[in-house]
Amino acid sequence: MPDSLTRAVRWDTVVGALLVVLLLLSFGTVDGFGNSLNLSFLIGNTLPIALIALPMTLLVVAGEIDLSVASTAGLSGAVMGKLWNDGMAIETIIPLCLLLGVVCGLVNGLLVTRLGLPSLAVTIGTLAAYRGIAQIVLGSNAVTDFPSQYLDFASGRIGNSFVPQAFLPFLVLLAIAVVVLHATPFGRSLFAIGANEEAARFAGIRVKRHKLILFTVTGLMASLTGIFWALHYASARYDNATGLELSVVAAVLLGGIDFDGGKGTLGGAIAGVFLLGALQNVMSLLNVSAQSQIVVTGVLLVISVLGPRVARQISIARAGRRAASTPTS
Amino acid sequence: MTHPSDTGPAPVLALEDISKSFGAVRALRDVSLELFPGEVHALAGENGAGKSTLIKTLAGVHRPDAGRVLLDGEPVVFHGPGDARDAGIAVIYQEPTLFPDLSIAENIFMGRQPRRALGRIDHKATHAATLALMERLGVELDPDRPARGLSIADQQIVEIAKALSFEARVLIMDEPTAALTGSEVARLFGVVRTLREQGAAVLFISHRLEEIFEICQRVTTLRDGAWISSEPIANMTEDDLVRRMVGRDLDELYPKQDVEPGEVALRVKRLTREGVFTDVSFDVRHGEIVGLAGLVGAGRTEVARAVFGIDRWDGGEVEVHGKKLTNGAPSTAMAAGVALVPEDRRAQGLVMGMSIERNIGLTGLRTTVRAGLMDRGAERSRSLDWAVKLQVKYARIADTVSTLSGGNQQKVVLAKWLATGPRVLIVDEPTRGIDVGTKAEVHRLLSELAADGVAVLMISSDLPEILGMADRVLVMHEGRLTAEIPRAEATEETVMAAATGRAAA
Repeated sequence: MPDSLTRAVRWDTVVGALLVVLLLLSFGTVDGFGNSLNLSFLIGNTLPIALIALPMTLLVVAGEIDLSVASTAGLSGAVMGKLWNDGMAIETIIPLCLLLGVVCGLVNGLLVTRLGLPSLAVTIGTLAAYRGIAQIVLGSNAVTDFPSQYLDFASGRIGNSFVPQAFLPFLVLLAIAVVVLHATPFGRSLFAIGANEEAARFAGIRVKRHKLILFTVTGLMASLTGIFWALHYASARYDNATGLELSVVAAVLLGGIDFDGGKGTLGGAIAGVFLLGALQNVMSLLNVSAQSQIVVTGVLLVISVLGPRVARQISIARAGRRAASTPTS
Repeated sequence: MTHPSDTGPAPVLALEDISKSFGAVRALRDVSLELFPGEVHALAGENGAGKSTLIKTLAGVHRPDAGRVLLDGEPVVFHGPGDARDAGIAVIYQEPTLFPDLSIAENIFMGRQPRRALGRIDHKATHAATLALMERLGVELDPDRPARGLSIADQQIVEIAKALSFEARVLIMDEPTAALTGSEVARLFGVVRTLREQGAAVLFISHRLEEIFEICQRVTTLRDGAWISSEPIANMTEDDLVRRMVGRDLDELYPKQDVEPGEVALRVKRLTREGVFTDVSFDVRHGEIVGLAGLVGAGRTEVARAVFGIDRWDGGEVEVHGKKLTNGAPSTAMAAGVALVPEDRRAQGLVMGMSIERNIGLTGLRTTVRAGLMDRGAERSRSLDWAVKLQVKYARIADTVSTLSGGNQQKVVLAKWLATGPRVLIVDEPTRGIDVGTKAEVHRLLSELAADGVAVLMISSDLPEILGMADRVLVMHEGRLTAEIPRAEATEETVMAAATGRAAA
């Protein structure tokens, strides 16, 4: 089989193609999908997933995971609301909340790297802890009266287009993440760590430091997402972004990032994010209930863990058949 | 014909004109092999000659594309490893995989323990059956001991006992001695002879030629997937066998050049890691190859790991060119010019799913960089350069290292480290599990590096290799350095005396 064909069956390409097919189908058949208001909703609602998916992709490539991201986002939003209610300036609040995210990420990172605990367990623990703190901080209040220029930025669109203003900063962050993962020694090290941590250590790669940096950046991005969420929906509540980690992990795995680490591309992950986002949007338009949407997300998560494996099995089987059909003597 | 005599016993297992391809790679071409009851039959060939594929075909893992497998003269088709096992074929791998928390007896009878009423496991019967197996093998192992903590040699014995419990008539032993010490090999050979006398057929694979000559009656040689010869071993010399494996006369196996040692490059002072090694001090000079000998578990690898910074040390210090190294920091050791080629190339030396290019590139992440970004061109030329210098045999530099044979994988590990331009090179079992041709190449390379002024510390369990290559031999026993023997005085006897804790002669 020629090279180009083997590459064409790569999972991230499959996901990209699925995204295109879904978009074309939806434009043609789903009422209200193509109007610019809906498209801006689609992108705006998907942005929180996309923002956290950037560091999450790097984490999963390095063989780790962070399930506390949605709680960190919720905590940041809650603290933002609390401080705003207390009369602090928003220009002071935002850096403080970002710093809080850094601390949340650092705690995860230190527990994983210093104590050698599995990140899955650590971040399930902090998932509960951070959300609990958020509730202590803000109780059941909802803070909605943030300054209008911030609310406008987080929900506004570029001119008359359907593109949200916040999409541009996201593109910048995406570009940075792509370069870091795919073009720097740091990114190269992450692939090595995820595929074989011991060999990475024997090659002089500072495995723990890399992981600590990743968890910290993930905390920072989760907190940025929490701030964006509160402003975008003009509501800071302790339960903001609840369950978002499920969407992020599902999207990243759907995009072909191997759960065992060491494999995947950011392009695939982002295609996975927008595939999931578009699917959720279409389901809403078709009046599928929120509960059923969660079921679909869960099923996608399972499929995305299975999918690449099945694809690999198929290509191995194909290679085997080809070999069997070529004469051997 | 390859048949030893037409009047002798019938072969218990035979392969007839077996061919097997993987993609474009023809791993086996028209290979035939006959195994007779009561013989130990060697399978010889360089890495990549097709030995592994042949074993996996016998074990039912691979199905041949062409040719027949005959069991007691009847053609059979194995649909999986279970079929082969039911047919009485057992494979003993180099590193057995036992359940560490189960006892020896439970491991042997896993899933088919003798039962009592109500389906309860009959521990007494299991125990007795295991004892009987051990007796048959002439080995003393407590059936109730957990598998955790057993030496690799003992684990192999457990695997052999398990094979016997399945009434195996054909035992395939894939490099069983690679990780064993001398006395363990002797015990294993005792077991193999017992099995032979009981009428089993044993297919024995080893890169150590002297072992083939010691234990085997016949030898089948493969080269590049093709059958070369099957013949009685009594008529052959080691040179004959090597010629059949390599296809040409081999250069000298230990091409050690004489070098005048220079300044001290690596100085290890009173290094201690509690419970692992104690008070280890030695120097390695530029131009020297220093051998580090000892039994498996004597602490040699652990000293190397500590020097390079993989493990922390509790006391003492390490200096390179008079500068102290940081405790537990491989990156600073690398910056000081130290390289470590680790003993386990699959787990420690390579990222198996990564390309050859990027594996070699992993040690250059600080150098093949331009403006903070990977310089792919520089990375590729650095990797290509070293892959070519070391004559790694590969199709494309972007292929994953898992597609390479063991010897070529080892060359990639060497390339990865030589590309850093080391001044102190530590190699841990540099030729374990690689074929004799590649082994000679690695030795020539080490000798040339030393001649160029690199300080080489070579850990090896292969005594002829230590004696053939080292200017000085350090010997460790139970975590301590027990002897330092100059090349002229190093013999198997002096080294083994120190390694086993008897007073050095």
